[in-house]
Amino acid sequence: MSALFDIIASAGLWAAVLRIATPLIFGTLGALLCERAGVLNLGIEGIMTFGAMAGWLSVYHGADLWTGLLVAAIAGGVFGLLHSALTVTLGLSQHVSGLGVTLFASSFSYYVFRLVVPVAGTPPTIVPFQPISIPGLSTLPFIGPALFTQTAPTYLAILVALLMAYIIFRTPVGLAIRMTGENPHAAEAQGVNPMKVRYGAVIAGSALMGMGGAFLTLSAFNSFFPTMVQGRGWICIALVVFSSWRPGRALFGALLFAFFDAFQLRLQTAVQGVPYQIFLMTPYVLSIVALAVMSRRARVPQALMQPYRRGER
Amino acid sequence: MRFERREHRPLYLMILTPLLAVVAALALAGILIAIAGAPVLEAYRRILIGAFGSRLSTTETLTRATPLMLTGLAAAVAFRARLWNIGAEGQFYLGAIAVAAFGSNMLAGLPAPILIPLLLVIGAVAGMVLILIPLWLRLRFSVDEVVTSLILNFIAVLFVSMLIDGVLKDPSAFGWPQSQAVVDHAMLPKLIARSRLHIGFVIAIALAVVVYFIQSRTVFGMRSRAAGLNPSGAAFAGVRLGSTLVKVACLSGGLAGLAGAVEVMGVKGYVTTDLSPGFGYAGIVVAMLANLNPLGVVLAAIFTATMFVGADGMSRSLGIPTYIADVTVALSLLTMLIAVFFTQYRIRR
Repeated sequence: MSALFDIIASAGLWAAVLRIATPLIFGTLGALLCERAGVLNLGIEGIMTFGAMAGWLSVYHGADLWTGLLVAAIAGGVFGLLHSALTVTLGLSQHVSGLGVTLFASSFSYYVFRLVVPVAGTPPTIVPFQPISIPGLSTLPFIGPALFTQTAPTYLAILVALLMAYIIFRTPVGLAIRMTGENPHAAEAQGVNPMKVRYGAVIAGSALMGMGGAFLTLSAFNSFFPTMVQGRGWICIALVVFSSWRPGRALFGALLFAFFDAFQLRLQTAVQGVPYQIFLMTPYVLSIVALAVMSRRARVPQALMQPYRRGER
Repeated sequence: MRFERREHRPLYLMILTPLLAVVAALALAGILIAIAGAPVLEAYRRILIGAFGSRLSTTETLTRATPLMLTGLAAAVAFRARLWNIGAEGQFYLGAIAVAAFGSNMLAGLPAPILIPLLLVIGAVAGMVLILIPLWLRLRFSVDEVVTSLILNFIAVLFVSMLIDGVLKDPSAFGWPQSQAVVDHAMLPKLIARSRLHIGFVIAIALAVVVYFIQSRTVFGMRSRAAGLNPSGAAFAGVRLGSTLVKVACLSGGLAGLAGAVEVMGVKGYVTTDLSPGFGYAGIVVAMLANLNPLGVVLAAIFTATMFVGADGMSRSLGIPTYIADVTVALSLLTMLIAVFFTQYRIRR
């Protein structure tokens, strides 16, 4: 028992929680934005992989870290454009299109990476984002080192969550997005162009997914390796349901999830005799449990996964 | 510009569609090969030679196509009923590890004619068990099965990793995490001597024919299709959606589990966590390329295997990353989606 307490009482755990949560916050917010406009984006796993690769590659070739993050966002947006063209304009199955985007984006990432970096013993590295101590706050006992000495993208992720909550619930743009996700025909009657809203939401959402991936290579690690996203994209899709499509709860969900993940990592060393794979399974099991628990209570955007064609019902 | 639904789909379009999609995907991948600085046509020639240039490479390609046919069928039967089983990868691994568990010592005393069919059934059942979890979550809690079946892939691979690191670990593998091998007489007979091509290839083709028959000639096939096309209409017409979906899921998961069993019993003999180079995910592409037609799955699987096997040799000689095979296969899924769209709609100004 005291071992468990020691883990929870360590500032290292709480610092790790924020670190682990960051890509999930970006990804979940991105997926949430797409779904609020009525488009399920299963391209997320591939888009995060591509973002991780593109961000890393630009920095490796001399760009600064913020440019790397921007490149990842643009790359994500381009895949969002592809997914919109297939699902919004052509009205194809959002499930299948998203899976196609994921398969393409991830294999394309590996291809480009291998072109630039032929097989080598140790993967080449970059200098990642360094932790920033927020003056004053970071010297607070316990919570200072945990919460206020993160890297810049982590602070950015939290900012984006607050901003998105404001946009979705407090601005006309947010209203247009919500209407499009609930009832595109009614939205159109109000002078909103559902096609444009969906394109915009999917492109912006995919850009966030790209940034979430880039956090992995530009801040959490300093190199790129295939399969490094490891299902985080799918977990984000589960977190959107968990959050009931609300940005504030998405932030909370990502943090809660990251807490369990950081906790199991530390438990692995504290508890002997249990196969380490059991611990590694917990994040995936948790996201399935979260889906089962929250699905009934969640208010799904009513037009999610329904293609919209003018004049067709 | 708007799209108008075609009243009738000409047969020539249905046949041309997959071909056009593949040509378009190859052209797009060609751009990537050109960017890498290699001659495109030469690259494709080498892929063909690599896949079919010799007796050995041909049998190797067909061996690789075998699990793809089964995972492709698994996706095709599920997708037709709009059951989004994306968990074939996990079901493949469970089928594989079940066969390794029962075929290495527990049932090893049985004679081959009993042991082999029994193990194939065990593999299929293991796949079924895994897909019933997402199905149950969908029917009970209305959770979208895409995410749950996908996430179960990660859990299944970790579970296999735990077993081959623990109770099923092969003590003679020098500490390498690898399962005990199935006994020799549990291995599937070879189809052609001095090659790896095994009887599983014939089993897979036979199953494609059986699935085709089930889908086009039986009440269950009609129901599963109706459940996919129009769930509420089907329910109104007296189709019991729940029980239809359970059957579809068992068929789909069983085929994916069988793919894992066949790969162990036909090729490897034991299980490692890299037994599948993404057979489950590639199966999705195979099914889409075949436009969910079980007989088309056979051809689509051979195309996909051609890319994977052929890209190895091409990669070595021209210095193009082998991932070009995955890129081409994924691109053909996207081009096929678009091509199918234009068989259903025409453009009107």
